[in-house]
Amino acid sequence: MNDSDQQDHWLARPATIRLLWWVFGAVLALTVLAQIFISVKGYFGVDSVFGFGAWYGFLACMAMVLVAKGLGVVLKRGEDYYEGGEDDV
Amino acid sequence: MFEFVPPALILMLGGLLVAVTRGTVRTAVIMLAPLATLWAAWNVPDGVVFDVAFLDYRIEPLEGSPVRRLFALIFALMALVGGLYAYRQAKWWEISAAFFYAAGAIGVCFSGDLITLFLFWELMALFSTVVVWCGGTPAARRAGIRYAIMHLLGGVILKVGIEGVVVHTGSIDIQPMLATNFDTWMIMIGILINAAAPPVSAWLADSYPNSSATGSVFLSAFTTKTAVLALILLFPGESTLIGIGLFMVMYGIIYALLENDIRRILAYSIVNQVGFMVCAIGIGTQMALNGAAAHAFAHIIYKALLFMSAGVVVYRTGMNRCTEVGGLFRTMPLTAICGIIGALAISGFPLTSGFTTKTLISQAAANESLMFVYMMLAAASAGVFLHAGIKFPWFVFFQRDSGLRPKDAPWNMGAAMVIFAFLCILLGVAPGLLYEYLPYPVDYEAYTPDKVLFYLQLLLFSGLAFFLLLPLMKRTETISLDTDWLWRVLLFGVGKTLYRVFSAIGRGISGATLGSLERLKVFAYKHMCIHPDEGRPGVFARAWPIGTTALWIAVLLTSYVLVYYL
Repeated sequence: MNDSDQQDHWLARPATIRLLWWVFGAVLALTVLAQIFISVKGYFGVDSVFGFGAWYGFLACMAMVLVAKGLGVVLKRGEDYYEGGEDDV
Repeated sequence: MFEFVPPALILMLGGLLVAVTRGTVRTAVIMLAPLATLWAAWNVPDGVVFDVAFLDYRIEPLEGSPVRRLFALIFALMALVGGLYAYRQAKWWEISAAFFYAAGAIGVCFSGDLITLFLFWELMALFSTVVVWCGGTPAARRAGIRYAIMHLLGGVILKVGIEGVVVHTGSIDIQPMLATNFDTWMIMIGILINAAAPPVSAWLADSYPNSSATGSVFLSAFTTKTAVLALILLFPGESTLIGIGLFMVMYGIIYALLENDIRRILAYSIVNQVGFMVCAIGIGTQMALNGAAAHAFAHIIYKALLFMSAGVVVYRTGMNRCTEVGGLFRTMPLTAICGIIGALAISGFPLTSGFTTKTLISQAAANESLMFVYMMLAAASAGVFLHAGIKFPWFVFFQRDSGLRPKDAPWNMGAAMVIFAFLCILLGVAPGLLYEYLPYPVDYEAYTPDKVLFYLQLLLFSGLAFFLLLPLMKRTETISLDTDWLWRVLLFGVGKTLYRVFSAIGRGISGATLGSLERLKVFAYKHMCIHPDEGRPGVFARAWPIGTTALWIAVLLTSYVLVYYL
């Protein structure tokens, strides 16, 4: 049913998604550039650095995803992990 | 004595009436009981309204204050909108149990003393277990039992602490204290268990996703937020809570990132959000406590909205996992939009209730120069957008086309979602409406250009990180181990091994005993009865001639006489 661009929902068409990426990129750039006009005071010095929110948010998310990924290696189990053990008594 | 009907009592009456009525009358009860509760809670005046003599104590079942009313109001509102969401789909006993559960939460809000607080605390534990069981599956039954054990254990610990405080201070008043001795530590641990604090956070993500599509909406609201209120009343400024809160915040994010079950993602994000509140209570300034109360209020609304949105998906598709759904926005636009509004609110996007309440907490941390706390909370705000703000709507409503074309929400579920979505935006656009009812005067401007810009950068670049790291976030059909592994597997395994060892020993002992008894029986049989095989009587079963008997008697008598004379 999504063999052609026209039949699927307009939001799911590759053309729309490309456009959304461009818009998203533009908005990202704008939020950083806006700091030229709006001074972000910050509370601790470091958070008044240009674009602090942007790179701090980005790096924090990278770190969290990587930590989660690493923990996942140790912690992930199959969905029926607990099922086997609980019924046999 | 009763100049005033306690709001909790009204809702309990409503819960009873739900059980005995049918049809439109029941619908009316489901709508009117929470409304009446809302009205009663609104009108509870400040201070102790009435007290009753109980043993040697004056217990105060109804005491008002701004923060108590605020929590009671949101609980009553939750019962109302939750009732609207559930009444056509849920079984009546689930709604009845949910009303008793909500009544327990409201009862805790207005408890003037520790004894009343404990009673309502246990009422909540009891009826929330019933709501978990209403999931109706074997998994729900097992999860409900684990849930009940955890909460009864928490109740015992709380009770130990309360007894200690009563014995050592003679006071049953609810007043600010610090965790300085055994008694107060026990009280705090008892409360923290309900807040899903470490190391027992796992009960929440274990039980809530196993309840029914409607049950999880109720469950998301009451238990943890009642614990937040209890901490505000009893442990404001207890600095241990800062660390515990920060841990919860990070725990929630990491586990939600690993999760595949839709509602379990949301369950982990409850722990994350409650972490913000616990941390704020630990900071303990007026602004921080305002932040904790406001955030709890806003959180109940957007979290219930998220669970409603997920509940509709579960109700319509019968599927629970990100790997099974996707692309549902095509046929479920209302559910998708409401879910996205809830997701934006939980992420604290400007113009939503999350922004106007969570930034109060960050501001409080900044005002106290707690740089580490502030930075962790900022990172966590980014992480919330990552794990709930984008992940939830993306995997459920977009992602790929799963081919599913379910119908959108039934009208009552849709109406409930629209009401809460509206409130999420209303509190974001006009925060003054909420600030007015916070426990302390609010001197805070939510929307300053630099703050809005900072959070926009933070959140939007988290979004960028999400889409760039999407290959790393591929959902797998797995669950993640948690500390509950210690008792569900390790302790269970130890128990099972001990059982085997002891039953083996027992079998050995009883085998040995039975064996000797058997031998004794064979021996006795051989000598006392007529042997079945040989047909020859045993020693004691033979017929002896008279002469032999007389001889034996003569021998006996002679030996008797001999012994007598010696």
